[in-house]
Amino acid sequence: MADSKARAARPLSPHLQIYRWSWTMTMSILHRVTGSALFFGTLLLAWWLIAAASGPKAYAQVEWFMGTIIGRLILFGYTWALIHHALGGIRHLIWDTLHGFGEQERMRLAQATLFGSVILTVLLWVVGYLLMGGTR
Amino acid sequence: MTAPHHSPPPHRTPLGIVRGLGSARSGTDHFWSQRLTAVANVPLVIAFVVIVISLLGRNHAAAVQIIGSPLVAIILLLFVASVTYHMRLGMQVIIEDYVHGELAKLALVLANTFFAVAVALGCGYAILKLSFGV
Repeated sequence: MADSKARAARPLSPHLQIYRWSWTMTMSILHRVTGSALFFGTLLLAWWLIAAASGPKAYAQVEWFMGTIIGRLILFGYTWALIHHALGGIRHLIWDTLHGFGEQERMRLAQATLFGSVILTVLLWVVGYLLMGGTR
Repeated sequence: MTAPHHSPPPHRTPLGIVRGLGSARSGTDHFWSQRLTAVANVPLVIAFVVIVISLLGRNHAAAVQIIGSPLVAIILLLFVASVTYHMRLGMQVIIEDYVHGELAKLALVLANTFFAVAVALGCGYAILKLSFGV
C-alpha cells in the first residue's frame, strides 16, 4: 500500500491550461456548459407546465416574467443552449458511427455546431416574433 | 463455474461481463441509455419547439386546450421522460468528473436523481392534469 506522501508526489496529467485553444475543445466545453444550463432550465419548463395546469392567474405570472427583459434573455439563452446542445449531440452521434474524425471534418463539425446554433436560434426568434405580431 | 441461464444484454461485451461490469457495476448501460435518449431527443426537441411556437401569444384557455390535446400531450410526455432521463445521466458524468470526495459525490448523485425525478413527475402530472381536466 502506498502511503499518502508518495501519492501526493505523483505527477498529474496535463490539464486544460497546457493546451492551445482549439475549436473542438471549445465546443466540447460548450456542450457540457449548455447541458448543465438545460438541466437547471427544466425548472422553467416545470414552472410553465404546472402554472398552465394551476389556472389563468399562475399562467399569467409566467407570461409576465417571460415578457420582461430578463425573462426574454433567459429564454433566448435557453433556446441557444437547447439548439447548440442538440447540434453538438448530433455531432457526437456522427462520431459514434466512426465518421467525422478527420482534421478538416472535426473542424467543420465544430464550426457548424456554433454557427448553426446561432443562426437557428435567431431564425426561431424571428419566426416567433412574427407569429406574435411584432414585439411586445 | 456454471454458465448463467439468462443471455447477457446485447450491448455488454463479454470482457465487461467477465470483469464484473466495471467499476460502476453496470457495464456500458450508462453509455447506451445516454445514446438511446440522445437519439430520441432529436425528434422530440423539434416537436417541442414547434409546440412552444404554436402557443406563442395565446391566452391561458387556448394554451390549456393545445397542451391537453392527446397528440400534443403524448409528445410532451415522451419529451419530458426522455429529456429528464438524459439530463440525469449527463449530470452524473459531470459530478463524477469534478467531485472527488466520496460523501459529496454520493450526495450529489442522489440529489441529481431526486431532481430529475421531481422535474419529470412535476411536468408529467401537469400535462396529465391538463389532458384530463380534473
